[in-house]
Amino acid sequence: MRGDVMLRRVGEEAIYDIPHVSIGEAAFPAPFRPGLEYSAPARGVWTIVHVGMLVPEAHEIFVCAAGCLRGVVLSAAEMNLTGRFSTVAIEEHNVLDGDMEELIIEGVTDILNRLPKRPPAVLVYSSCIHHFMGCDLAMCYRTLHERFPDVDFTDCYMIPTMRKSGLTPDQIMRRQLYSLLKPTDRDGKACSVIGNCFSLDESSDMVRLIRRAGFRLQQITECKSYAEYQKMAESSFCISTQSTARAAGDALEKRLGQKHLYLPLSYDAQEIRRCMSALALQMGVSYDGGAREEAEAERMLGEALRVIGDTPIAVDYTFTPRPLGLADLLIRHGFRVQTVFADSFSAEEREAYAHLKSEAPELEIYPTVHAAMRKYPRGGKKLLALGQKAAYFTDTDRFVNMVEGGGHYGFDGIKNLAGSMIEAFREKKDTARLIQIKGLGCESCL
Amino acid sequence: MRQARCVLSTYSADVFGVCSALYELGGMLVMHDASGCNSTYSTHDEPRWFGGDSMVFISGLTEIDAIMGNDSRVVNDMLQAIEQLHPAFAALAGTPIPMLTGCDLTSVAAEVERVSGTPCFGFNTNGMRSYLCGASEAFAALAERMTDERAVKRRGTVNVLGATPLDFSVNGSVESAAEILGGDGWEVIGTWAMGSTLGQLRRAGEAEVNLVISGAGMKTAQVLRRRFGTPWVVGMPVGTAFTGQVLRALRDTARDGQDRMAFADYEAPTAGGFFIIGESVISRSLAAAFRLECGVTPRVICPLERLPELEGVLSPGDVSASEEDEIQRLCADAGIVAADPLYRPVLPQRCQFISLPHEAFSGRLARKDIPDLTKMDLKKIYGGIL
Repeated sequence: MRGDVMLRRVGEEAIYDIPHVSIGEAAFPAPFRPGLEYSAPARGVWTIVHVGMLVPEAHEIFVCAAGCLRGVVLSAAEMNLTGRFSTVAIEEHNVLDGDMEELIIEGVTDILNRLPKRPPAVLVYSSCIHHFMGCDLAMCYRTLHERFPDVDFTDCYMIPTMRKSGLTPDQIMRRQLYSLLKPTDRDGKACSVIGNCFSLDESSDMVRLIRRAGFRLQQITECKSYAEYQKMAESSFCISTQSTARAAGDALEKRLGQKHLYLPLSYDAQEIRRCMSALALQMGVSYDGGAREEAEAERMLGEALRVIGDTPIAVDYTFTPRPLGLADLLIRHGFRVQTVFADSFSAEEREAYAHLKSEAPELEIYPTVHAAMRKYPRGGKKLLALGQKAAYFTDTDRFVNMVEGGGHYGFDGIKNLAGSMIEAFREKKDTARLIQIKGLGCESCL
Repeated sequence: MRQARCVLSTYSADVFGVCSALYELGGMLVMHDASGCNSTYSTHDEPRWFGGDSMVFISGLTEIDAIMGNDSRVVNDMLQAIEQLHPAFAALAGTPIPMLTGCDLTSVAAEVERVSGTPCFGFNTNGMRSYLCGASEAFAALAERMTDERAVKRRGTVNVLGATPLDFSVNGSVESAAEILGGDGWEVIGTWAMGSTLGQLRRAGEAEVNLVISGAGMKTAQVLRRRFGTPWVVGMPVGTAFTGQVLRALRDTARDGQDRMAFADYEAPTAGGFFIIGESVISRSLAAAFRLECGVTPRVICPLERLPELEGVLSPGDVSASEEDEIQRLCADAGIVAADPLYRPVLPQRCQFISLPHEAFSGRLARKDIPDLTKMDLKKIYGGIL
């Protein structure tokens, strides 16, 4: 069955055939037909509010309709960051009057004049409606800059209607995160890892190589002040490890002249070595091929297999940007990966897809947003989930609570992941409580 | 400046009000939106989401469909889902972009209904008004179309109108209200719409009286008045004394057929330092309860729309104000304010604050602290702050 769903009735009970497809039959990159969308209650993935708050001391101002403001204002409140968050509500008369520019300019001005302390930077988020109405955003930002020369403004976007038109809102957000960096003299011994919500593990292959090469590593997640954030402009090169951050790296290369290296998080040994070699070359040092780290990863995977055995495993796309790559790694090491929850596949997963298609064609692919997933028969069997959505749909209390690959990278990342799987298998978690918290890793008052 | 808020939250939107009102009735509810609305609603405004069954979806509107006016996509997607899920009815609620592009949601719904044979409602929500408008329209539409016109009125029966978790959460307030009615000899036909089935709501015309417990139920009361001649009483049972007042009003209305507001005798003073900020019917009920139990009458600041059907709910001493600076100005000399905790930052430090979390304002943030209104001990609360 391909991206389809059927319904039968037995007496009063409806039995739903949930849409799914085996990897052997799945189309690439879109195995399911689009339609009405469901939202599973797994909220750990960061939103544009969470990502924007990574700029230390910056203030976020969203200019949108009340319905759009609702989610973002409460996200900030749950993070205990209402003091760094304000809103300007678009009302019906603004649409009729065509005074969108005035609303932005005067609204932001009013807020900045009322804040107890002037922030060094302001992220002003426009919404779909501005773009449909042809609002002159450039004029708005220019005027705001003239009114508040002591404040750095940047343009951010909450434009889900345009999510399939060029860069996604998430990609744009990660790009704009670094748009406030001001050109400065570059430090030949400084580099940045950009676009991640989590700092890379100190033990990761990448960080250790950077440290060994004597480079100063900068990550926005480590910055405590706006001044410290600005020092990221000094980096001689920047690294992105997620596809959603590539546009950010390209923008930095173009604007600040920082060489951009895209060294993606991967579960493929050859690709890890290729990335690490590229990094070593950039820093002018040697890379030893990572044999020792790889052996450690293999050892830990073996240990995990011994503990987890043939317990079924489910992976979802929020756990890592490369769920197929991860499934492929685990299957090759003897794990019983049964299900991948993903609505589509990243273009970077084509190789893993092809390999799974030939070597594990029975691997099940389930969507997460398909309307019929509301009726997914949750629970029923012992299972280890990798990711919050997988944990929700399978209703398991054994899951690795991680999004976006966490801070793992390289062979060390695989080793740590295997360790997390052992821990998750052994220790129950309060799934319902944990997965409903927004922005995994952020402060939450829930 | 109007519309600019430094720290205040925003109320749940009309589109979410539609979903909250119809959530438990076996319908398929579609927000005509790109992305985000469903996650916002299900995360912050819908305490029944994790465990409860429902069929609330978004249409996944794209830029190209919006620009090209491609309404056939949402029609086809709804038809496919109806075929798969067999809902009792369907509803389509709009958001800002469909409003901007002039999408005719009523016609889209009519087309879905024509092809599928499933009743389908189109709600011209736009994400710019509060939940009150959406919930009110959703309940009223249901009353217009889904109630059984052959219903025969029975004595001693009542409908409870205006129940959504946005106003009452899921902490037992609504059940307690129904129990109170049962304890006074009333048979509750249906509670619109928490804890009742669509089948129960269809029988609304049987009721002798309707009890409106929030503003979201007022328009429905008017529809049922017109369709079935059922008189109404407005007032949420809060605390012991005012609950008695509500029960008396119900009996009086059953006897004489006159519509009543149970709090009508307790008008707010035009000046005074005790404010309640919140939805009008609940806040006026609370104010009357404070008067009866503590001898003080707070003034209500209603931050939601003054819908035509709510004319007369607020007394002359009450105020409509939704803007941050307006509320700050009104409360500048306040001695006591009862409101959602997210209002606290804009209130004077020196004023006494009674925390009354409201799901429609702070979402799930203070959900565990939302009181069962029927069981509030106002004497204790008031005594505690003096």
